Amino acid sequence: MSEDILAPVLEVDNLHKWFDVSKPPLQRLIERLPRQTLKAVDGVSFRIERGTTFALVGESGCGKSTVAQAVAGLHKPTRGAILFEGIDRDLPRPDGSRPELQMIFQDPFASLNPRWRVRDIIAEPLRVHRLTRSRAETRAAVAELLEQVRLSPADGEKYPHEFSGGQRQRISIARALANKPKFLVCDEPTSALDVSVQAQILNLMKRLQRELGLTYLLISHNLAVIYHMADELGVMYLGRLVETGPAREIFNRPRHPYTQLLLDTIPDISLDRPHRTFLKGEVPSPIAPPPGCTFHPRCPHANDRCRTEPPRLESFGGVKVACHAVGEGRIVPAVREWRPAARRTPVRRVSPVARPA
Amino acid sequence: MSAPDVDTTRGFLGRTRDIFARMGRHDLWLSFRSKPVVIVAAIVAGVLILSALAAPLIAPHDPYDMASVSLLYAELPPAWVDGGDPAFPLGTDLQGRDMLSTILYGSRTSILVGAAAVALSLVLGVAAGLVAGYGGGVVDSVLMRIADIQLTFPAILIALLFDGVVSAIFSHGSSDQYALLVIILAIGVSNWVLFARVVRSSTLVEKGKDYVKAARVTGVSSLAILLKHILPNTLGPVLVIATINLALAILGEATLSFLGVGLPPTQPSLGTLIRIGNEYLFSGAWWMTIFPGVTLILLVLSVNLLGDWLRDALNPKLR
Repeated sequence: MSEDILAPVLEVDNLHKWFDVSKPPLQRLIERLPRQTLKAVDGVSFRIERGTTFALVGESGCGKSTVAQAVAGLHKPTRGAILFEGIDRDLPRPDGSRPELQMIFQDPFASLNPRWRVRDIIAEPLRVHRLTRSRAETRAAVAELLEQVRLSPADGEKYPHEFSGGQRQRISIARALANKPKFLVCDEPTSALDVSVQAQILNLMKRLQRELGLTYLLISHNLAVIYHMADELGVMYLGRLVETGPAREIFNRPRHPYTQLLLDTIPDISLDRPHRTFLKGEVPSPIAPPPGCTFHPRCPHANDRCRTEPPRLESFGGVKVACHAVGEGRIVPAVREWRPAARRTPVRRVSPVARPA
Repeated sequence: MSAPDVDTTRGFLGRTRDIFARMGRHDLWLSFRSKPVVIVAAIVAGVLILSALAAPLIAPHDPYDMASVSLLYAELPPAWVDGGDPAFPLGTDLQGRDMLSTILYGSRTSILVGAAAVALSLVLGVAAGLVAGYGGGVVDSVLMRIADIQLTFPAILIALLFDGVVSAIFSHGSSDQYALLVIILAIGVSNWVLFARVVRSSTLVEKGKDYVKAARVTGVSSLAILLKHILPNTLGPVLVIATINLALAILGEATLSFLGVGLPPTQPSLGTLIRIGNEYLFSGAWWMTIFPGVTLILLVLSVNLLGDWLRDALNPKLR
């Protein structure tokens, strides 16, 4: 057990996920079109230590959800491997077991079968893995799970539509916890919820992590959520990690120009940052990504090398950054002055929409 | 409102009473009780179906018994009209058969053919739709192209073709024996496409939803996902199509009988009664076509209303 604690729960090694988005074969033949691949994830590596939260952040279409679904087993990697407790998650295991891993989805209105009672929804993992021996035992387990997410055992008799978004998300957390997983993949768990409910769900997740020793892979585009939750952070752009390391370090000293611009977009009520630069332009198409560093069309620091040679992740004081300009010392880390008063505020009172500091 | 478990310590009677008590509190029953239209529809459908099933017991005459049929009594109007005979409450047809009895026997055939044909197309169509929608790829393409090809022909033509092929196989004079089975198969096979299309499209919608992904992450098998998650969520429109299709199947049987490939004339069905009676409508013998027609309308309408209600009652969001 002692060496288990140090070993990473999840290791993603050079993950590629390409989708074939070619036109139908006949049309391709007639119009002489080439095959097209969408490189949703193009070489992503990271590891997650037990009991910690690793967050992936990025704009829409950067591949963060594809990483989450590949980790959860919903996509088979095109190349690369996902090791769960040292074993490739996509290889069949001799004892027939499955990775002890569950997923929480973004839309709580689509993630619960509308025709099932809540008690049946939560009991499904128990039934599939035969974790309870009798009906009474299942009922007791479901009641316990409902209480764990601060719902009443009587709620088990109801149908999903009788609940609010936040309550439904609690139900899907209860379902995810039913077969006692060690690892939860959380794909935008709060982005479909009202602001007032987001904090409740995040705090519930934090409490469960503390009590059950869970490890999280958190996907979000909401920097405030990530500031609140993440230990480690990976910033994704067009299917690649551009910066990864301890979350606080990245928030306080963003090195990659994309990270800097991303953090600049956080609204600031006090308006004491007059030099905010906004991220201009759109994410290029992942079907035909720009050559060199894929960020160069939007980057204020791009030069000829950036336009031809793709940068690799290199270490800079505990953080890994993929940027020629950072490597050559052309940009210095932007030091952010996060509000000390906000940092002293107890975590549970930080509203996830407020500036994350 | 969790129902108490059946108490096994009490005797058989006590247990039976418990089961009925649980049924009495079931959502479906509560929803049924609160809707007068549905209750009326259920009573009408129930009376029609039961009386059709019990035709040999309750019919005043036996239309198959040629000995009891006399041309003397041909074309008598209903009993309450001048010239009517109280022995024939709804009048008689051309051969002097009692209309009430022929309707009772006729709806027996119609209900049997309609229900069996719809059940057959439902099973075929739902299975094909689920497999095509969930499997995708080549399976989907092949199944849907077959459906497309079949759609280019009118359903009645498919039924005719099927009927012709099967009759040719059983051509040794015994085709009357198999007529009922053949017509059920012919109508059933010609109507599966609609079910398949509807089920396939809702399967495509449902399989992309997160609850299916959640089941996959949990390790639920594909078959269990199809049957327990996707199928119940696609059945709503299927029930409604099934009730409409019941009417279509009954009419299809009438058309086939009209074309001479359906049931033999000795075996009356509502469709044949309406068609034959229709030819004498303008000669004043209105009862020959009106009464079977009204029976058919009542049957189809009440079944449709029940189907509509069942769809809503089985949808937890509308409960």
